[in-house]
Amino acid sequence: MQEKHHTSLHFEKELQEIKDGLIYLGVLTEKAIQQAMTSLEARNADLARRVIREDDEIDRLDSEIEERCIKILALRQPTAIDLRFITTAIKITGHLERIGDMAVNIAEKALLLIEEPQLKPYIDLPRMAQLVGDMIRNSLDSFIRGDLKLADGVRRTEQVIDDLNEQIFRELLTFMMEDSKSIHRSIMIMQVSKNLERIADHAKGIADMVTYMVTGECVRHRTCPAP
Amino acid sequence: MAANDIIQIHHVNFYYGAVRALTDISMQFEKNKVTALIGPSGCGKSTLLRLLNRMNDLIDQTRVEGEILFEGRNIYAPQVDPVEIRRKIGMVFQKPNPFPKTIYNNITYGPKLNGVPAADLPGLVEQSLRQAVLWDEVKDILDKSAMNLSGGQQQRLCIARALAMKPDVLLMDEPTSALDPISTAKIEELVEELKRHYTIIIVTHNMQQAARISDQTAFFYLGNLIEYNKTEKIFTKPDVKQTEDYITGRFG
Repeated sequence: MQEKHHTSLHFEKELQEIKDGLIYLGVLTEKAIQQAMTSLEARNADLARRVIREDDEIDRLDSEIEERCIKILALRQPTAIDLRFITTAIKITGHLERIGDMAVNIAEKALLLIEEPQLKPYIDLPRMAQLVGDMIRNSLDSFIRGDLKLADGVRRTEQVIDDLNEQIFRELLTFMMEDSKSIHRSIMIMQVSKNLERIADHAKGIADMVTYMVTGECVRHRTCPAP
Repeated sequence: MAANDIIQIHHVNFYYGAVRALTDISMQFEKNKVTALIGPSGCGKSTLLRLLNRMNDLIDQTRVEGEILFEGRNIYAPQVDPVEIRRKIGMVFQKPNPFPKTIYNNITYGPKLNGVPAADLPGLVEQSLRQAVLWDEVKDILDKSAMNLSGGQQQRLCIARALAMKPDVLLMDEPTSALDPISTAKIEELVEELKRHYTIIIVTHNMQQAARISDQTAFFYLGNLIEYNKTEKIFTKPDVKQTEDYITGRFG
């Protein structure tokens, strides 16, 4: 959003630090998802363990950004766009931290799946991972630019992800019905798919907060009051 | 006109000599609500406040155009007595200004002049001081000089003094700017209480104060009313960009 600068340059700098922190956190989470998926596809246990280990940095950054936001609330008593920016930032950092946890979940499933022969080639899962990575990036871009169209696009992609998740579920059901020895692996893969679907939910949550930040309207739930 | 508007302003212009301080202001004040007037120095908010009980009459070379209706009557109509208006629309100023008299006489001064029977005065003193949440602190020293009270107590005494005239509207011009945070909190708490019986219009430079205590907020800039809206709306998602720039400190 194109805004005039604050009279207080310190305040301006504090807000910029929050933006920078969120972008960096976004980059880390996107990387975590990519690496978790690569560890699954390439059957690379070291990479999976690295994703799990590096989640600590995501958690640390989440706490740091949240603290910065709370400090601004306490010391600057922000109003209007600044208030909506800070509340949005607090929610976004929470969403990103959870996305990091989902990447860890995927890495953990990868470690288990690597132990067993591969059930099938992965086709839809990498597509899903690619799309959710785009969603995270676009939701953060929409936040930085206050771009409502981009936020709308993120919400639309979430539906595509839901459909892919359903499709994977149905496909794996046929595997399980044909061969009971595939049940364990099928369930693991379903969980990977479910985690990607939840990441998409979080990206949609970020997009919804961007809409709130720009318009002041709540679009998160059907029960949100009409503007 | 909404039924519960107590004051209505129609197309008011106000001049100090040749200088126009307010430009075409139209707005209404709702009964039993707190309305805050905010804006940078020189924006006209105090001028508007003083117009509401004809305090600007006391300044030479001033001129009002337009209409200000109090309960439907134009307070600037020729036959209207400004003293009568000030009785109905009381005022509390930035700096506490008690009379150099006893606490008791500070309260009774106005009512006595207005013919309130002597027998009613002690009750009126207690009632006014209780309404201003000062009674418990001063009930044993009513015969002591008001000048011995703390700044916060003096300001509450001034509020009690205004309430003793049984006004309908209370105008407050930065009533806490000379007070410490505890006294400020007491006055703010008092405003919450008082709006059950009075309509309150408050000018404040403290935006958090406006956000905390008012129901409606009006933002003025260079003599113009830029935005008049519910306080919650003004401080979360104002309709006008200029308002947002001002309250978020993107200014000048």
